[in-house]
Amino acid sequence: MNSPHLGKDLLGLEELTAAKIQLLLDTAEPFKEISLRAIKKVPTLRGATIVNLFFEPSTRTRISFEFAEKRLSADTVNVASAGSSVSKGETLVDTARNLEAMKIDMVVVRHAASGAARFLAQRIESNVINAGDGTHEHPTQGLLDMLTLRDHFKRLEGLRVCICGDVLHSRVARSNIWGLQKMGAEVAICGPRSLLPNHVESLGVHVFRRIEEAIEWADALNILRLQLERMQGGYIPSLREYNRVFGVTREKLERAPRDILIMHPGPMNRGVEIDSDVADGPHSVILDQVTNGVAVRMAVLYLLAGGNPALAEAAKG
Amino acid sequence: MPNSTPHQYVLLRNGRVLDPSSNLDVTGDVLVANGVIEHAGAPLGDVRRDGDLVEIDCAGQVVSPGFVDVHCHLREPGREDVETIATGARAAAAGGFTAVCAMPNTDPVTDNQAAVGFIIRQAMRAAAARVYPIGAISVGQKGEALAEFGEMIGAGAVAVSDDGKPVASAQLMRTALEYARTFEIPVADHCEEPTLAKGGAMNEGVVSARLGLKGIPSEAEEIMVIRDILLARRTGGHVHLCHMSTRTSVELIRWGKDRNIRVTAEVCPHHLSLTEESVEGYNTNAKMNPPLRTAEDVEYLKQAVKDGTIDLVATDHAPHHYDEKEREFSDAPNGIIGLETALAVMVTNLVEPGIISYATLVDRMSCSPARIFHLPGGTLRRGSVADITVFDPAARWSVDPATFLSKGRNTPYAGMSLTGRATCTIVGGRIVYRLTS
Ligand SMILES: [Zn+2]
Ligand SMILES: [Zn+2]
Repeated sequence: MNSPHLGKDLLGLEELTAAKIQLLLDTAEPFKEISLRAIKKVPTLRGATIVNLFFEPSTRTRISFEFAEKRLSADTVNVASAGSSVSKGETLVDTARNLEAMKIDMVVVRHAASGAARFLAQRIESNVINAGDGTHEHPTQGLLDMLTLRDHFKRLEGLRVCICGDVLHSRVARSNIWGLQKMGAEVAICGPRSLLPNHVESLGVHVFRRIEEAIEWADALNILRLQLERMQGGYIPSLREYNRVFGVTREKLERAPRDILIMHPGPMNRGVEIDSDVADGPHSVILDQVTNGVAVRMAVLYLLAGGNPALAEAAKG
Repeated sequence: MPNSTPHQYVLLRNGRVLDPSSNLDVTGDVLVANGVIEHAGAPLGDVRRDGDLVEIDCAGQVVSPGFVDVHCHLREPGREDVETIATGARAAAAGGFTAVCAMPNTDPVTDNQAAVGFIIRQAMRAAAARVYPIGAISVGQKGEALAEFGEMIGAGAVAVSDDGKPVASAQLMRTALEYARTFEIPVADHCEEPTLAKGGAMNEGVVSARLGLKGIPSEAEEIMVIRDILLARRTGGHVHLCHMSTRTSVELIRWGKDRNIRVTAEVCPHHLSLTEESVEGYNTNAKMNPPLRTAEDVEYLKQAVKDGTIDLVATDHAPHHYDEKEREFSDAPNGIIGLETALAVMVTNLVEPGIISYATLVDRMSCSPARIFHLPGGTLRRGSVADITVFDPAARWSVDPATFLSKGRNTPYAGMSLTGRATCTIVGGRIVYRLTS
């Protein structure tokens, strides 16, 4: 079905207007409080059936969506790739047909191929939420990062955010870049050139060659996870060298002209892209991001299900 | 439908008789007698012949030597569900092609004389456009041992290629070019440096950065282009570079030609008309190898067709089953069909905007490919085989893949309005296609 406020699907932040992003963030606000209650459940989505279709393992994102769905009282089914028909060579288009036949209300999809969520959305009537498609987008992660930034700085406009590390293989980066730019923030990236997409400047970001320059410039660093297999892939010489050149350490942060907010989508490689004393330090909001993730996903589900943003407070029951 | 009984005489009246191979461009007549061109040029007046004579009014049409496609994939043997030699040959005729060369990446690979013979027999049975087999460079296209060029050519192959796969080994490419000199055949290469192209799904550039798709840099092609040109210089062999797609490839070919190195090159209509932007929305019908590039590349390729740096236009007709394209972009197969849209794409994108003339179009689609691959046809000279294409340069039509004679439907031009259409295709004096409106 088509939500009056959000449309049918949430595929990415590139296609969302600033007004819609604003609406999503504002709607997430009241939902934050539910997670603090003794009984963390409201009847808002009672009777709705949601399938979490994870073609790729992602414990964190899946659990976050599941909490969001359960707290809104939806019926959920998890389909993971291991042991499902997915691993038996069933194509995405067959999966789509089967889902359609089962009269599902919403599908949360994670897939290794860029464009997979859109592919599904074009073929089924259910609302589709992109939980990460290949190296393209991860819109709910982008939203929760923005919510976390807004909590801390009380604004997004004019903020300077640098995304650090393996942008080439990241879906979080693009969602952050488009989302933050639409909300008036400045976005830069920093990492070894072998892990940045060629022509990335065309996305309107500044590229810092050295992490020290990024630290001097930024209000917040969003530090991406370095996939350890990138070293075998020959993108970087060693993890040790990566930590020395691009790792965010307390020493490097101490030279910053201002306090820098530290974010990380997790899971972290401590001692590689981020040192433990930074991850656990006073400026780290990494655990707030996790908390905000549930609220943002509740907001997405609520709005796509046709919920009225003005009534989000009341929807809490 | 192909006409099964050949007419003894075919008279094409009042067309624009256009044959760059004999510097002919007049409004007049073409007379075919017993499969051979008897006259092409000035109006003949009253023609009386004993025997069966069919007369076709070609007023407003161009009568040219038949188009020759030196690069297509007909999928037989192995994937007859996707295309057969018969359906491919009929699609070719419908597109105005009187001859096509079939690439050897079939299953099994066309790497021996028996396989070559099979294709020729199937083509005879189809009785539409001529089909010339291209043999593999290496056994099984594995890139290791040289296939038996001599036996394949003896059986009717006209060139060798491992197309579909690059020849990764420079040493194998060198040997192929040296060995091919015995037979004076072109060695056609799919220029792609495999380590740079690995895993890529589209052009590496601004669109791939945005869509989060792994890109194929233009250097993957260009490195192999210059490697092949240098090996042609070393060996004296004739290298033919398939489906060129980048600006620098054009510059490298020009460099080679300026030094009289035996290099020829082709470009596909899609690389002359579409850019990487066509991939937007993860459109798998715009997924091909080499990938669609930038507007700047397209501009350079057009100029190279005009000035002859690129010798000829080939379709790289690559049919795929609907289901195979109906999937995630990174997993979808490469390639699009092209036989039935090539002429119109060329007219619409190169002739109508005034970049090339109809004479150049006919040269790049007929005379030049026939000459470079040493094939009959490509001319309307008296005494040559009567392979003729009649086309309406002004016909405007909307591309509806459902009407194609090819089994393939995978085209990015679906729904587009294009200009230029073959109306009659004649092979060896036999009418193999007529457009019924
Ligand atoms: Zn090829
Ligand atoms: Zn090909």
